[in-house]
Amino acid sequence: MMTELLERPDEPTLFRTSLPGRDGEAPAGTKPPQTRRNLSSLHHDDVIRLVGALLAGICTAAWLFTQVMPLRGVVGFVAIAFVLFLLYYIVLVAMDDGGPAMKDKVASVFAHAVAMLLFAALACVIVFTFARAVDALVNLNFWTSDLSAAGPLDPLDQGGILHAIVGTLIQITIALAISIPLGVLTAVFLSEVPGPFARLVRTVVEAMTALPSIVAGLFIYATWIVTFGMGQSGFAASLAITIMMLPIIIRAADVVLRLVPGNLKEAALAMGASQWRTVWHVTLPTTRSGLTTAIILGTARGIGETSPVLLTAGYTTYMNTNPFEGPMVSLPLATFNLVRSPEPNQIARGFGAAAVLMLLVLILFIVARVIGGRGPGQLSRRQAARRTRQSRADAVRFAERDGEFVLTYEAVQRARRGRASAGRRSRKQRS
Amino acid sequence: MPTDVIEHREPSSATPRRLTTVRGRQDTLFRAAARSGGLAVLAIMTLVGLFLFVRGFDAITDAGAAFITTEAWSPNEGNFGIAAVLFGTVTIAAIAICLALPLSIGTALYISEFAPRGLKRSLVTIVDLMAAVPSVVYGLWGFLWLTDAVLPIAEWISTHFGWIPVFGVDGFEPGDPLATTTVFTASAFIAGIVVGLMVTPIASSIMREAFSQAPVGEREGALALGATSWGMITSVVLPFGSGGIIGGTMLGLGRALGETIAVYLVISPVFVIQPHVLQTGTNSISSLVALRFNEASEFELSALMAAGLALFLMTLVINFGASMVIARSRSGAESEG
Repeated sequence: MMTELLERPDEPTLFRTSLPGRDGEAPAGTKPPQTRRNLSSLHHDDVIRLVGALLAGICTAAWLFTQVMPLRGVVGFVAIAFVLFLLYYIVLVAMDDGGPAMKDKVASVFAHAVAMLLFAALACVIVFTFARAVDALVNLNFWTSDLSAAGPLDPLDQGGILHAIVGTLIQITIALAISIPLGVLTAVFLSEVPGPFARLVRTVVEAMTALPSIVAGLFIYATWIVTFGMGQSGFAASLAITIMMLPIIIRAADVVLRLVPGNLKEAALAMGASQWRTVWHVTLPTTRSGLTTAIILGTARGIGETSPVLLTAGYTTYMNTNPFEGPMVSLPLATFNLVRSPEPNQIARGFGAAAVLMLLVLILFIVARVIGGRGPGQLSRRQAARRTRQSRADAVRFAERDGEFVLTYEAVQRARRGRASAGRRSRKQRS
Repeated sequence: MPTDVIEHREPSSATPRRLTTVRGRQDTLFRAAARSGGLAVLAIMTLVGLFLFVRGFDAITDAGAAFITTEAWSPNEGNFGIAAVLFGTVTIAAIAICLALPLSIGTALYISEFAPRGLKRSLVTIVDLMAAVPSVVYGLWGFLWLTDAVLPIAEWISTHFGWIPVFGVDGFEPGDPLATTTVFTASAFIAGIVVGLMVTPIASSIMREAFSQAPVGEREGALALGATSWGMITSVVLPFGSGGIIGGTMLGLGRALGETIAVYLVISPVFVIQPHVLQTGTNSISSLVALRFNEASEFELSALMAAGLALFLMTLVINFGASMVIARSRSGAESEG
């Protein structure tokens, strides 16, 4: 409106702004024709541009690979197609938009593409492992027997990796039996008894998270096995895993414990609870899910790490359930040893062991999601119902102790329902 | 924000009340137990560190300064050093980080800024799950799948960029029809790609954490001023998450330096400084330990300890650097708005 006035300087102008009408829009005469804006973030043009750039990228890469340059290999094809796609897309966007809009679109597509590239690469890792493992996994004996009777040349329907599964479970159980109490106790110490000593412990623990896992194995190898002469055993492997896992668990648990709301603890202390009772009844229950997650993340690291076990457990094809005597093989170690064999059947067994290991880690993660998926204070439906029942019972108990007559919750509900249905009936009658 | 403490003191009570804590027996016991737990962990950890130092120093004092400069590794003849393995370790880690940095920043940005809301949680879980995939699986993949897939790329790089010394390969003639690609197998380049993929999920999950904590008020402020979402990211999210980027990268670097099994499976060990990253043969400290511990004599074990000590010190410096950067950044600070 202003521009319209300024464009005709020869006419006598009244510098008056027009007020918007009652509906918040400009008066009918001055209103430019408006179309409804499309607020969805995905436009036709975007899709067309994307598909076009993608097709052009793939086609050009295919042309380059087959006609122009002597190139081969899947990875190279993907890399070149990816770069070409981005170039085409930039050109296409630049034809319509400029400046910030173009940068925005290109950056968005770049982030999407990079994430997809990563997920594709990781999917490739997993699919490759399972594809090579299928031959071994489909045989039932692979799950139920050890390798003592099966040589490298025997077919896959003989021998299995039960001994490695059992070994992994025994080793991780011992490691957890040491590291959970010690780790959680230390984390509680760090958050509950602050002071210069706690700071020192925290610094040392943080330093030890930098300890490469092979060095943890080397330490146990040099002390327990060489100096004390105990021989390679499942227990030695558990110790090495413990040294590796302990700092991880302590650090993660420390972070979780520091997140406990101060007012919860203060409320407990203000009601006269001792520090110990506050920790036991408030802090630990509040952080239970977080602590579980911390422990399971540490376990996932410990269960899959090969290098400490390589130095300490020893390799065997026999089932050994005694962690203190004789070598005890675990899944990562079995994988490592089997795939270095030149025999295709041994390699298939190695892939089978790797796949079982990944399944084990996956199960651990699902357990972590089930137990630790909820934040502190968030209750499952059943827990919430139990809490409600408890507090209702408490209310009734308190009231009875005071000699009052109380309506129980159920009675109140019943009364309310009765009133509501009576109301409905009366409304019906009126109509 | 520092709060000033204003002291209100009545003139009549010039001496402040003395505060004492009387702890019950339960509490005393609890604190003692907690303290002893901390002490036990401290003892274990210092024992590991001290043992490493003491045993490692045996070998280091024996070899003297040659420990840093010697390439060969034959401790029983007294001729050993970590020059070659250290160089290999750093090369592999550097290649890994060059790959992991753009991948992890892109993925973290995608998950925290671009991913559809419903997908976000699953993506976070997938990335965490990827971080837990055992290293031996990555090693297998690198050894049996990636090597074949990457050879043409290595050949192409060497053919066209061979004039850059780093990409040159001895004994490879670009025009030679009889040339084989075997000179490109088991190289630092391939090991670096494998390790890079391994550390990307860890780095990316730390970066995502930092990005997602960028204050909503400032984000909305940028958008309200008319920024595109990329403008908002460059002006709010990235400056805010820069600590997370550096911290995540350094933690990834620490993992990359210490990685054993994946590297061991991919490379073929040599004990010379190998500046040609595309060429067969490299080495790393951790794979040296895995390779040699078994038939090691008492003294060679000390030498391996010394090599492990060097690796530990390197990761230690990087980790402390990372935690300092993370602690200094604004990550986790509340928005003012």
